[in-house]
Amino acid sequence: MTRTTQWEVVIGLETHAQLQTKSKIFSGSSIAFGAEPNVQANAVDIALPGVLPVLNREAVVCAIKFGLAVGATIAPRSVFARKNYFYPDLPKGYQISQFEIPVVLGGGLHIRVGEAEKFVHLTRAHLEEDAGKSLHEDFHGRTGIDLNRAGTPLLEIVTEPEMRSSAEAVAYAKALHALVQWIGICDGNMQEGSFRCDANVSVRPMGQKEFGTRREIKNLNSFRFMQQAIDFEVQWQINEIEEGRSIQQATVLFDPDTGETRSMRSKEDAHDYRYFPDPDLLPLEITPGWIDEVKSGLPELPQAMKQRFETDYGLSSYDAATLTASREMAAYFEVVLALAGRENAKPAANWVMGDLAARLNKDGLEIAAAPLSAQQLAGIICRIADNTISNKIARDVFEALWTGDGKDADAVIEAKGWKQITDTGAIEALVDEVLAANQKSVEEYRAGKEKAFNALVGQAMKATRGKANPQQVTDLLKKKLGA
Amino acid sequence: MSLNLEDVARIARLARIELSAAEREATRDQLNDILGFIEQLQAVDTTGIEPMAHAVDVVQRLRPDVVTETDRRADFQAVAPETEAGLYLVPRVVE
Repeated sequence: MTRTTQWEVVIGLETHAQLQTKSKIFSGSSIAFGAEPNVQANAVDIALPGVLPVLNREAVVCAIKFGLAVGATIAPRSVFARKNYFYPDLPKGYQISQFEIPVVLGGGLHIRVGEAEKFVHLTRAHLEEDAGKSLHEDFHGRTGIDLNRAGTPLLEIVTEPEMRSSAEAVAYAKALHALVQWIGICDGNMQEGSFRCDANVSVRPMGQKEFGTRREIKNLNSFRFMQQAIDFEVQWQINEIEEGRSIQQATVLFDPDTGETRSMRSKEDAHDYRYFPDPDLLPLEITPGWIDEVKSGLPELPQAMKQRFETDYGLSSYDAATLTASREMAAYFEVVLALAGRENAKPAANWVMGDLAARLNKDGLEIAAAPLSAQQLAGIICRIADNTISNKIARDVFEALWTGDGKDADAVIEAKGWKQITDTGAIEALVDEVLAANQKSVEEYRAGKEKAFNALVGQAMKATRGKANPQQVTDLLKKKLGA
Repeated sequence: MSLNLEDVARIARLARIELSAAEREATRDQLNDILGFIEQLQAVDTTGIEPMAHAVDVVQRLRPDVVTETDRRADFQAVAPETEAGLYLVPRVVE
């Protein structure tokens, strides 16, 4: 007899966000992407003897911004440490990182999965340098090393093991991805490796207090892969345990071609990093005055903006969260609203999240590149609000402006003759015609068929080519039919 | 605390240093002498004293975020054992 155990999934994420500085964290080399191999690797980056690292102020500013944005404690004094391991793309034989005292402690992010909201706590975030790249293509049986990336500033952001599904992990990763771009510390380019996630995954029987043994999935560079990798890993771990085997702590890689995770060959000493404070670097001091200065330069944060959208504009929590998913979308919405008026907040939200988002998606565009400006969209919304056009015609105006057929809503409506007919006399004449021409529907309606009424409304709207006010048509029809 | 020969072998492996049997014994003795000094230091009562991360009690100076380095790849690669297509070549490493 088998009893099916209910399993609980436990996930913690570690994210490496590449900081948007011009130069490296400890040297004056450029970090621009795509340069010829090793032309941006100077004496410090390639670890020639006698060189010394000097910390980039801007990298620290990025860390402070992040700490403020997640409500964390910013360490007044933090320490750089050497993480020792041998790999050819790490020329010093150690990575400069932070260990015992990181620059950012605690804080967290609000995430949303469907209707459920959750706060994910962060353990820490620390500054460190990136390694170079190993190219394993054939160089006569040798490996090629490009050290341009060595020394690129990274902020490693670590969560508590608080996520309970792949959907929550992806929601967190997306929220973090949006936040680092929002505050301008990372360009978020996942193809170029500017934002990479590692997921620590374990399972335990529901209700058990202790964590199961975790396996770490390395280098997830898309949200889709993250979801697939975690789902596969969870199922694999459950199968192993249910078949009587135990999970061994390991580092695994996700193969997008097979959709599977597989264990990397790991040496027994791989995790003995022998951290110690780097004698080449003094403690990093961050004064309250410096924090205040950075704070004053921060934009309004997404969570605060979401609250404001709810209280000031009366939007639902879901709408407010969707509109503040990116800074560009929020800015677009705010321009629309400034021109269309707060009373149109709900329709404006619907247009931005609905028609606009769908059209952007269809053309594969980001909102910043939308052919339809916020000013033009506001014009459309105003003409719906004052009954100049119906929602249906508004979509045609939207499409016309999208394709550059007219400069604004008024011009398009004028040029196409799409002004809604609001003159009661004209609509009444039309309704009479429709009733005369559709005696069958009229009789059916009188015989109790509600559907026949809708057919008559449809006929009337068709006769006006959508330009009649649907409410007016409905009212008139009801009156004429004695309903 | 004192180290045995196995500890020394492990430390040597982590540091990628090859030690002969005689060197292992000598290294063990030297390391144990050093640990002996450290034990003397650790006997001092440091209650209430904030640990220092560096022997010098000053803080890190920061550098403005400016690109100051130019391409010196040709100079560096002139002294590298092996290069090709701008890359440094090393014995094959595949994880």
